[in-house]
Amino acid sequence: MTTPLLEIKNLHAEVDGNEILNGVNLTINAGEVHSIMGPNGSGKSTLAQVLAGKDDYDVTEGQVLYKGKDLLDLDPNERACEGLFLAFQYPVEIPGVSSMQFLKAAVNAKREYHGLEELDGVELLRLFQEKAKVVNVNMEMVKRNVNEGFSGGEKKRFEIFQMAVLDSEMAILDETDSGLDIDALRIVSEGVNNMRDGKRGFLVITHYQRLLNHIVPDVVHVLVDGQIVKSGGIEVATELEEQGYAGWAEIETTTAS
Amino acid sequence: MTETTIDKPTDAYADTYANAFAAVVAHAEGNGTAPLNALRQAAFDDFARLGIPTTRHEDWRYTNLRKLANTAFTRPQTGAEVTADDIAPFMIAGLDAHLIVFVDGYYREDLSQIDEHPEGTAIGSIAEAYQKGCTGIGDYLGKQVDTANDALGALNTALMEDGVAVYLKAGKKIDKPVHVLSIATAHSNSAMTHPRNLIVAGEGAEATVIEHYVSLGGENYFNNTVTELFAADHAVVHHYMLEREAESATNISTLAIHQGERSDVHSHTVLLGGELVRNNVRPVMAGKDAHCLINGLFVGHGAQTLDNAMRVEHAAPNCRSRQFYKGIMNDQSHGVFTGRIIVQEDGQQTDAIQSNRNMLLSDDARMNARPQLEIYADDVRCTHGATTGQVDPEAVFYFRARGLPEDVARAMLIYAFAAEGFDRMQLVPVRALLADEMIAKLPMANKLSAEFNEEIKERLYRI
Repeated sequence: MTTPLLEIKNLHAEVDGNEILNGVNLTINAGEVHSIMGPNGSGKSTLAQVLAGKDDYDVTEGQVLYKGKDLLDLDPNERACEGLFLAFQYPVEIPGVSSMQFLKAAVNAKREYHGLEELDGVELLRLFQEKAKVVNVNMEMVKRNVNEGFSGGEKKRFEIFQMAVLDSEMAILDETDSGLDIDALRIVSEGVNNMRDGKRGFLVITHYQRLLNHIVPDVVHVLVDGQIVKSGGIEVATELEEQGYAGWAEIETTTAS
Repeated sequence: MTETTIDKPTDAYADTYANAFAAVVAHAEGNGTAPLNALRQAAFDDFARLGIPTTRHEDWRYTNLRKLANTAFTRPQTGAEVTADDIAPFMIAGLDAHLIVFVDGYYREDLSQIDEHPEGTAIGSIAEAYQKGCTGIGDYLGKQVDTANDALGALNTALMEDGVAVYLKAGKKIDKPVHVLSIATAHSNSAMTHPRNLIVAGEGAEATVIEHYVSLGGENYFNNTVTELFAADHAVVHHYMLEREAESATNISTLAIHQGERSDVHSHTVLLGGELVRNNVRPVMAGKDAHCLINGLFVGHGAQTLDNAMRVEHAAPNCRSRQFYKGIMNDQSHGVFTGRIIVQEDGQQTDAIQSNRNMLLSDDARMNARPQLEIYADDVRCTHGATTGQVDPEAVFYFRARGLPEDVARAMLIYAFAAEGFDRMQLVPVRALLADEMIAKLPMANKLSAEFNEEIKERLYRI
């Protein structure tokens, strides 16, 4: 049996003593797209942040294996270099750092981590141009400071562009649809779909079904009160759209995958 | 925290400054500056009356000058052995400039290199000018310094012996910057110097002057400088003050500016060295449509105090001032920014912007920032903003989530913060010098690869 890309086992996490994740179990194999849906406050974004390594959260129980390695043992930058990518719900504006400089530093940090030679300016530019085509991003964006003055859509596209440039294997998209109009949503989704190659894994976190019309997941999970209460195919999302989240909280079943 | 304040001059310090004054007057005949004695005497009387300001004085609330009252600073010895090789490290690579060197406050013609410059312009030492009979300097010296109220300005005026004079007649231009290198050697130890500089740009004249203060073995000295800058109508003057004193030194620098109609003055200040540093920048826009840019960066560590006091006076209609100061404070260092904008009754249509942003890198670093607006006209636009914060943890996490180690992320964000200040400087070689200095001084710099430092510098040099 091949090792799953990501295995989350009985994950408990809290912030300031309040338990937010209450025993999450989830397995994503290479090539799969999973979606986590859930109401506000269910712990969706916390899960994303815990996986990326934000130190505002304390993991109190459970385990996360990434390609068989203990993920929680790694620093956030090590996780990124290992191929984990978090597309932020609210990408941070960084005045004074050009996107080009930022991407160069990120690509070469990852190469250094893997003992590879740094890429020079020409090679980097070639890489950026190639990836810009894949995810349909204008290279002009790279000349601007990181996220500074970007529209909501531009910020999300720049996240997907970074994912492509870093060639991440496991991407977590945290409410990538929030604040996007339908055109921006389509463009961002196309970028993600162009990255689906049967090897990468995706965890798409969203409140609404509409994103899943564009990025069609293999498995949909419903997260309520820090636990996955239901898992299934795309029909789960459709049900949710029709019935809303009301009532899910009472369901006791957790699906161990 | 309570500060001990000193109400009356102690006998020790009164003697120190009185003795120094007597010595300066005694030397005046020999160096040709005796015509300045009347100005010196009046200023000394002012100083004797004012004394060294205490923290009870509003202008000195956050900076304690106790050391100046308690130390018997002497007049530096002459004759320090300094060679061209010794000063080579202080040259600004890639900058073609006129070089004028002062060692322990004394002009060193042997080390200076003043290249050809157009007729109608002069570059030299003030004492030398007096020796040559160019006493016209006296028409300007002291005109921009209010010795009756400014104790340190009075002290400088009383004890001034030499400094640089840059003079341009109307319409003249000195293409190359004038690099004024002031070096403190061991002869300055426990001594004080009071350099007095004068920049006079006639109507439509253009010049760039770099004041550069460094130490070559000097310790525990007190350097109290005053530069008077007169920019006549339509004149354009760029002034740089690069403060890289020994970290046991006290440096008090005052740039007092008088601006005519449509004149344009750019002041760039970078504070890196010194134990106690006070940087005064005081433009008076006396002619309509004048413009001034006041740009500064101060980077503190250890127990440094870096105090910046701006006093921007709009005395004529339709003038524009821009103040941008940034501080980066580490360890137990203490930064101060006071930005006073004064709009006189005649200052209608004033357009004044002031921004002070500070970054604290440690829990013990401190910053006091205060804007002060005094507005006597009714049709003005004055905006000010001051922020003090840490390296944004959200930004650090964002960088880390892209694979950058925490120290690299922090360093990148700190340099990015500083870069804006560099971007406003037109002299690219000065940016390069400062980038090296700043990188050497800031924490975590050693964690960055050489390539990365190059990249940062490239970014800082960017035009």
